[in-house]
Amino acid sequence: MGDRMMAEPQDIALELSGVSKTYQISQGLFAASKPLRALDNISLQLRRGEVLGLVGESGCGKSTLAKVLLGLEKPTRGDVRIFDQPFGSHDRKWIARRIQPIFQDPYSSLNPRKSVREIITLPLRVHSVGKTSGWNDGVSRMLDLVGLPQRLIDANPSQMSGGQRQRVAIARALIMRPEVVICDEPTSALDVSVQSQILNLLMDLRDELGLTYLFISHNLAVVEHIASRVAVMYLGRVVEQGPAARIFETPKHPYAVALLDSILTPDPSMDVPDVDLDGNFPNPVDPPSGCTFHPRCASATSLCSRLRPEPVQQAPGFVTCHLHDPNQQKDMA
Amino acid sequence: MQLSPLARRRLTSFRANSRAFWSLILFCILFGFSLLAEFVANDKPLIVNYRGDFYFPIVQFYPETAFGGDFRTEAIYRDIEVQCLIQSGGLVSCLDDPESTLDGLADGNVNGQEIERGWLLWPLIPYAYDTVNDLGRSAPSPPDKNHWLGTDDTARDVLARVIYGFRLSVNFTIVVTLATSMIGVAAGVVQGFFGGAIDLFFQRLIELWGSTPSLYIIIIVAAIWQMDFWLLAGLMTLFGWTALVGVVRAESLRARNLEYIRAARALGLSSIAIMFRHVLPNAMVATLTLLPFIITGVIGSLAALDYLGFGLPSSGPSLGELTLQAKRNLQAPWLGFTAFFTFAVMLSLLVFIFEGVRDAFDPRKSFK
Repeated sequence: MGDRMMAEPQDIALELSGVSKTYQISQGLFAASKPLRALDNISLQLRRGEVLGLVGESGCGKSTLAKVLLGLEKPTRGDVRIFDQPFGSHDRKWIARRIQPIFQDPYSSLNPRKSVREIITLPLRVHSVGKTSGWNDGVSRMLDLVGLPQRLIDANPSQMSGGQRQRVAIARALIMRPEVVICDEPTSALDVSVQSQILNLLMDLRDELGLTYLFISHNLAVVEHIASRVAVMYLGRVVEQGPAARIFETPKHPYAVALLDSILTPDPSMDVPDVDLDGNFPNPVDPPSGCTFHPRCASATSLCSRLRPEPVQQAPGFVTCHLHDPNQQKDMA
Repeated sequence: MQLSPLARRRLTSFRANSRAFWSLILFCILFGFSLLAEFVANDKPLIVNYRGDFYFPIVQFYPETAFGGDFRTEAIYRDIEVQCLIQSGGLVSCLDDPESTLDGLADGNVNGQEIERGWLLWPLIPYAYDTVNDLGRSAPSPPDKNHWLGTDDTARDVLARVIYGFRLSVNFTIVVTLATSMIGVAAGVVQGFFGGAIDLFFQRLIELWGSTPSLYIIIIVAAIWQMDFWLLAGLMTLFGWTALVGVVRAESLRARNLEYIRAARALGLSSIAIMFRHVLPNAMVATLTLLPFIITGVIGSLAALDYLGFGLPSSGPSLGELTLQAKRNLQAPWLGFTAFFTFAVMLSLLVFIFEGVRDAFDPRKSFK
């Protein structure tokens, strides 16, 4: 596939091929439990040094994907490779040294009982890195790096603002110098004014430390601002991926089009955008047949409710839609 | 020892709560005092000086023959004969007529004979909890200069029994509370953290266990074996550990989905480490909230069992047994008042202390 040919194997930090994650949802005491396909046959590449934006509605599987990449959940099917080595061949600590998360809610991502010093040194303690005496220097350097005053070193999370907490969370994620950082909506719980500070900090740190980000967000404006490549998810599948500029200029998949139309503009003279999306987000336990997006798609045809679309190359990038599949186009015509 | 900033903060906030702080100090004094009960209330003297040598009867066994008496059993220091023997340096006449011999001792010589004067140093309260006193009147005797809180219906000194009884109650409570909270907290954390089938199974098990009539079991066991401190503590633990499971389980069920737990897991921390270092400390506030109730509950159940006669043997110093005597002897109100005030002071102090501890541990509570 063209996308892969562009990247040398050593340039790929993380690679998912055909990853599925199915949860069994209990339907009551006597009913058989039903599968919920949180991730459905996902193939993605995260290249070194890039920022891959992962966008989609709530419940589309973004956070499950993050959990799988962090080793918190095992995929039901498919392979995850990290630096060209299979995920399963390493223990969690090995992975933890290379991939670290930054979570959404800085109010619950820091243990309220620990001081900033304890929170930031926890990774060092878990991995027995360096001498205890050197940890204080490490913490001080991290505080400088994330722009926190040194006096907060013995503070508790409850004494800090949301932005400061998120900086602590970033310091904790980065003290082990991981190569990949999974940012699971790192700004959505923050004040708008603080969001941009945190985003700028993340981008500065990327330049400084050469980090690779998987940036999960449903805030498209943020993704447009920082991502170099974008993957759009819908109901556990990646419906479109490609360079950020291309996706934001000319989105192909009807869902991506609708999603981008929904971006609110700061211009008060403009109305709330009229989004071309029908109905509600379907029940993921009972997904629609064929293309799971067809009940909400304005350009759906009878084919869409019958046949599941496969990813087609749409240079540059991929799109999973019959409308853009040259073979199906003929059929539909 | 270098305290962590958090521990220091807790200590400061505990100190700032003056009611809790002074309760702790008062309780420590009372408990420390009762720990030394043998040296405070005992029917053996602290120090005996006999013929120029020092004897320490509380810590060592001395037969009566050591002081010139006839018996090879332990000297009964409360007997006037033994006191006479010690003070007179072992005069034989003590065995026949101790009173007049003691009177004669004042001059320094008896029957023209030079004697080696000895002395006895008694504890503050010269009665042990099981000393049956010769009162010369009917048994529950009201407070007087010998027996400051009177005596109970078998002529034992009430104050001595209260001191020993306080110690026994507190020790019993410490043992049972420590055991029940450790088991309960561990069980709660494991259930909440793993959830699912483990949780379901143990919750049902605890429901069954909790509906066992523990009083009957204790009565049955008491009928089979001689009840003692450790057996009763074991039985109370057996039926008491479920008290904390609920709150700790709820706390850890809540905590396991929080992102800092996920972050810790993403760091590669083991489940055990996460449970005990990250989940448990946050469940401690809930535990500490319940702890005063568990403590007062244990003290109360021990008293109740003693009151009913299913607790520790009634020869032991028990506050519950004192309460029972108070009920049997309503004409002797000093028994009832003593029991009441002892319980009231002990329970209030403990509740105040733990209130302060709980507030000090609450990270969301700020102090000056």
